[in-house]
Amino acid sequence: MSRFIQMSSAFALALLSVPAIAAASDAELAEVQAQIQQLKQSYEARIEALDRRLQEAEARSAKASAAVPAASPAALPVAAAPAVTPAAVSAGNSAFNPAISAVLQGAYINQSKDPDKYAIAGFVPSGDIGPGKRGFSIAESELGFSANVDHKFFGNLILALTPDNNVEVEEAYGVFTALPGGVTPKFGRFLSSVGYLNDQHQHAWDFYDAPLVYQAFFGGQFRNDGLQVRWLAPTDTYLQFGAEIGDGSSFPGSERSNGRNGIGGGALHAHVGGDINVSNSWRAGLSWLTLRPNERTHTEIDRNGNPAQLEFSGRSQVAIADFVWKYAPKGNARETNLKLQGEYFWCKERGDLRYDSDGALGLTNTAKNTSRQSGFYVQGVYQFMPEWRVGARYDSLDPGRVDYGGNADYLSASSFNPRRYSLMFDYTPSEFSRFRIQYQQSRLQPDFTDNILFVQYILTLGAHGAHSY
Amino acid sequence: MKRYVRSFLGLGLTLLALPALAALNVFASVPEWAALAEELGGDQVKVYAATNALQDPHHVEAKPSLIARARNADLVIATGAELEVGWLPLVLRQAGNPRVQPGQPGYLEATAFVSMLEKPLRLDRADGDVHPAGNPHIQLDPRNIARVAAPLAARLADLDPANAAYYQARHKAFSERWSKAVAQWEKQAASLRATAIVVHHNAFAYLNAWLGLQQVAALEPKPGIDPTTQHLSAVLALLQRQPARMVVRAAYQSDRASQWIAERAKIPPVVLPFTVGGDDSARDLFGLFDDTIQRLQKGSQ
Repeated sequence: MSRFIQMSSAFALALLSVPAIAAASDAELAEVQAQIQQLKQSYEARIEALDRRLQEAEARSAKASAAVPAASPAALPVAAAPAVTPAAVSAGNSAFNPAISAVLQGAYINQSKDPDKYAIAGFVPSGDIGPGKRGFSIAESELGFSANVDHKFFGNLILALTPDNNVEVEEAYGVFTALPGGVTPKFGRFLSSVGYLNDQHQHAWDFYDAPLVYQAFFGGQFRNDGLQVRWLAPTDTYLQFGAEIGDGSSFPGSERSNGRNGIGGGALHAHVGGDINVSNSWRAGLSWLTLRPNERTHTEIDRNGNPAQLEFSGRSQVAIADFVWKYAPKGNARETNLKLQGEYFWCKERGDLRYDSDGALGLTNTAKNTSRQSGFYVQGVYQFMPEWRVGARYDSLDPGRVDYGGNADYLSASSFNPRRYSLMFDYTPSEFSRFRIQYQQSRLQPDFTDNILFVQYILTLGAHGAHSY
Repeated sequence: MKRYVRSFLGLGLTLLALPALAALNVFASVPEWAALAEELGGDQVKVYAATNALQDPHHVEAKPSLIARARNADLVIATGAELEVGWLPLVLRQAGNPRVQPGQPGYLEATAFVSMLEKPLRLDRADGDVHPAGNPHIQLDPRNIARVAAPLAARLADLDPANAAYYQARHKAFSERWSKAVAQWEKQAASLRATAIVVHHNAFAYLNAWLGLQQVAALEPKPGIDPTTQHLSAVLALLQRQPARMVVRAAYQSDRASQWIAERAKIPPVVLPFTVGGDDSARDLFGLFDDTIQRLQKGSQ
């Protein structure tokens, strides 16, 4: 019963409200009609205006094409106005947005050995340099922003979003663009221009990982927070000199805990290059880097088999010889091309080494320490048909001489020669995507051979980047 | 360290003092603008072509030699419309030469002076190598050459006022020769009007517009994407319904795809020089068009 009452009252209410709606509608309808009328008028006016502009534009462009007719081009004024008016530039705050690009990278990695045991025998471990996580993972995603700042500066910011959800500033620098005479100063954080591969980002490498010399001597890549000045000689042969000063905190340097003023490190480099003929081009260089690591710590297994913390303060110098040679038949790299490159690294360290610096073994001892080590890699990449490339790389490190001085009782130098062999095969459907398979055999420690398979993708979104030579 | 920096700077300053060369150094991104600069500048300019006709202009590298030449250039002439986007910005940034940066009098983009064709209605990389400003291969319409010649001559005069009259006179002479030649080419090519063609890359839009050629299909499924067998089969099927007289490609392009179509559709493959230096006859801009029309006529017979 109550249900029935409810229903009927609802019905009644509904009926009651209908005329109200109708009444409201009459008034509103008129209003809406007026609005539509208004809209219509305003659109008609706009369409008319657009029509007029279109006609004007057509007339202009007809006139412009007529300015260069087959009949009377001789009458062309020397400084003819552009035949087309440039497209309207969009207004608003977004009009000056910098060029934005994003690089997405990821991999599937199959390793025969536990990546936690990764180490290069006889070389100071330099941080995160292993082949990476087993199985599926994403590598660093890169976000890039670049634009002219004003009439004097160009700015570039590259952020790396790491797979463990951190943001790192890869590069953040300004370039002073207004200096004549081939001088280009750069300041901020940048990848140093020493060697060949150092200032190229990971997505531009021809292999999944950096050459062994980069991993052993730079912990990946050498970055500087500081100033770089490059000078390009006014010659037809490419001849470029560069000098850098900076905080020198990137390995083999270290963060300076005593907070001294001044310069933590510097670099000099010279590169020369050119074309042999239309098909062959090359570039070669020499670089020298000097750093003052202070209390740089790492852990090493000592003669007694104990993990001991070591602390080095002194001077590190790295010299690099690099070359790259590229061949493309008749200069056309689209169909086939070949790229050969190699770099040789020498590293010299001299300073004080503090054994058991944290006192965990109760044997703390400081002694003079010198080391001279070297290494090299050579690689070749051949594009055998459009979109497809194969490559091979050989890496080798020479443990050289390490003199532990007064710490020789605790520490022993390695005589093992770490080596690595890599084969690469990649597919590049467009300039914006690449898929790669890499197989690699690493012999970085005695009796420790790691066979690694990498399957990698690199996707680039946004602004069309230009790759350096 | 300080010592090294000082000696390094010293060396730099010594070399800076080297005398500048008398002639205007012109850096042209592609051979057609190099040829045009030579026509207009005569012996007052020293022209360097960054690429040759057998190079795919979309796939050029920022080679050390290019950076060195841009360093000494007084004028950089590029096509624009993002044709050189993959290498020229980098070359200019590394050259340390503020006179030839975009926006400066020493930088000229040819596409700023012509009406662009095939401006895409939607911008999406899924559509291949699209150029937001329109198809950048403007050089195969000789009227575009004339449109670029005027501002280029004016620019040469601006940069080298002492020889302004010389550039003006050369431009006048070139324009007269050019307009006669264009009239001649148009007469020769009248029979080509409405000829149906297939192209390898969508690089002939301006030639088609000028001569009234009708492009039936492109062998690339999308601009800049290499021909696939699937797409070639589709083109072949289309040609059964809508026959074409020839399949046209530029000198720098691989012959595989056009041979494949040519054999099956029984139409001749035609290689066009595309730009100056594309073949032995296309030694200058006049030769480029003489040869282009001859080859098209031969193909249509």
